[in-house]
Amino acid sequence: MFYAILRRFGQMLFVMFGISVIVFLIFFATPGADPAARIAGRNASPEVLAAVRHSFGFDQPLYVQYTRMMEKIFVTGDLTSFVNRGWKVVPAVMDSIPVTLSLVFGAAVLWVVVSIIIGIVAAAIRDSWLDKLLMALGLLGISMPVYWLGEVMNLITQSRYHDSWAFSWVPPLGYKNFSDDPKGWFLTLVIPWITLAILYIGIYGRVLRAAIIESMQEDYIRTARAKGLSETRILFRHALRTSLIAFVTLFGLDFGALVGGSALLTEVVFGLHGIGKLTYDALQNLDLPMIMATVMYASMFVVIANAVVDFVYILLDPRLRAS
Amino acid sequence: MILSVRDLKVSFRTHDGPVRAIDGVSFDLEESEILGVVGESGSGKTVSLLAVMGLITDPNATIEGSIRYKGRELVGLPPRELRRLRGNEIAMIFQDPMTALTPVYTIGWQIAEQIRAHRGVSKSKAMERVEQLLAEVNFPNPHEAMSRYPHQLSGGMRQRAVIAMALSCDPALLVADEPTTALDVTVQAGILDLVRKLRAKHKSAVVFITHDMGVVSELADRVMVMYAGRVVERGTRTEMFSDPRHPYTRALLGSIPPLTGEKPRRLLAIPGSPPSLLRLPQGCAFGPRCPVRYEPCEAGKPGLGASAHAAACFRVA
Repeated sequence: MFYAILRRFGQMLFVMFGISVIVFLIFFATPGADPAARIAGRNASPEVLAAVRHSFGFDQPLYVQYTRMMEKIFVTGDLTSFVNRGWKVVPAVMDSIPVTLSLVFGAAVLWVVVSIIIGIVAAAIRDSWLDKLLMALGLLGISMPVYWLGEVMNLITQSRYHDSWAFSWVPPLGYKNFSDDPKGWFLTLVIPWITLAILYIGIYGRVLRAAIIESMQEDYIRTARAKGLSETRILFRHALRTSLIAFVTLFGLDFGALVGGSALLTEVVFGLHGIGKLTYDALQNLDLPMIMATVMYASMFVVIANAVVDFVYILLDPRLRAS
Repeated sequence: MILSVRDLKVSFRTHDGPVRAIDGVSFDLEESEILGVVGESGSGKTVSLLAVMGLITDPNATIEGSIRYKGRELVGLPPRELRRLRGNEIAMIFQDPMTALTPVYTIGWQIAEQIRAHRGVSKSKAMERVEQLLAEVNFPNPHEAMSRYPHQLSGGMRQRAVIAMALSCDPALLVADEPTTALDVTVQAGILDLVRKLRAKHKSAVVFITHDMGVVSELADRVMVMYAGRVVERGTRTEMFSDPRHPYTRALLGSIPPLTGEKPRRLLAIPGSPPSLLRLPQGCAFGPRCPVRYEPCEAGKPGLGASAHAAACFRVA
């Protein structure tokens, strides 16, 4: 067991190393991607270009440049932005992490709980009108783009109906630190949570319903009925557990990606300066150190999320324990 | 009398029209008797027994007729009442032990679950009983086997676990749906031995579904042969093997290779294939494949008659 965890950890490090090398090569070594040219600006004279190249260390061999950058990210933590030379990259990422984590964690709790309830209820009463209604609502949730839904939410809660009793509690857009103001933290995030969760509730509810219905066709469900168990017990004890495997797989992928920056649209719509926003700005400006740092951070979360998913698999399905 | 089935009819609504899977099946089962039910795939043997178990959950199915268990009518019994019988007084062993057990729970947990569903005993009491049961079905190390997951056991061992589960509440009626079909021949013999031994010990009546005449000849007291949803012949095992009357039964017996004596040049196969239940022939369902058919066979369906050894055939009647 200990050995397996250690090996898994080694794999994670290896994947992150691979990602960092690839990203580095894309931005520093592909033909035409001369970072010095970007920094020096258009029409820079060859002398200026050479000076920039030297002062940023671009005249060093690639492996030296790579090691130095990694050292500055992980060891000394003093990597600075190319665009704004005084701006330290690592603290900027660290400042954005709590914003994104707050957003994604809250939304994840919401969508997991609600979609499990919806999936189970819909599967238990499949083909009834309520099942059809729930699935139609789910489809509606999937179909609404988050930037549109977010703007509609803002329109309703920030301006149109802000003065009504229903939404007068909604604070202005922005993020409040949990440690400074827990209540403000919660209130500012409620609408973003709901907005982000709606899409995933639709997907997860439908996936879980389908998985449960599929499990209910299995031979062992017939055995469970032959044992004289109640339908409720059969659903919760025998069908649900195997159905959760598909659910967990999806969750690992989505959660890792969201924490890694895919919540960008939600962050922008609600004025939250999270990792998504940071990555987006870095890419806009081709700010290579910042891109490198955010990508390393994102890949770390994706890799961790995958490891957690594998662990949950093993909890859910004993058939995976031996290997 | 443990079980008395009268004129059981099961039909399914399908896109291609109604299908009558069971068309007027009647049979009786005495205490601690083994009834062998024989027939090809699609002859209705499994469906009729699922009906007895109340396990036909398809909303497109209709069940008519009467199924009496110890005098109590099961057709139309509310699900809650039926559930109290299932697994408790009427237990079932399934065809494929590979898929019949929930993959994510241990053998011991799954058997204990059934015991606790019907008997108000503590978990540890139930587990004690599980260990006993596993020993009874010849697990070499019952205590250790309890904590095994299904995938950690061989097919034969899984089937033993399923049998232990079926016996856990001392059922008066045991329904076995081709329990040996998915197993190796050597394992089959062990399972048959076990069923015989357990019948003697628990005094359960057994309905044993199979398409293997060899299994029937080893195990059954009485035999019922089914074809296209109807019983075509019934009788005791001896009657069936020494004096088969229905041409279908004879054909089935003719298709078994003899183990001793001169080998036949060719095994006798039954020409054609079973009819689609959607398009049954007008008269006798076996008619088109029957070597001895004559005019009456196309006009009407032959009845089974009331005698103990009876065949639904105009040639016999």
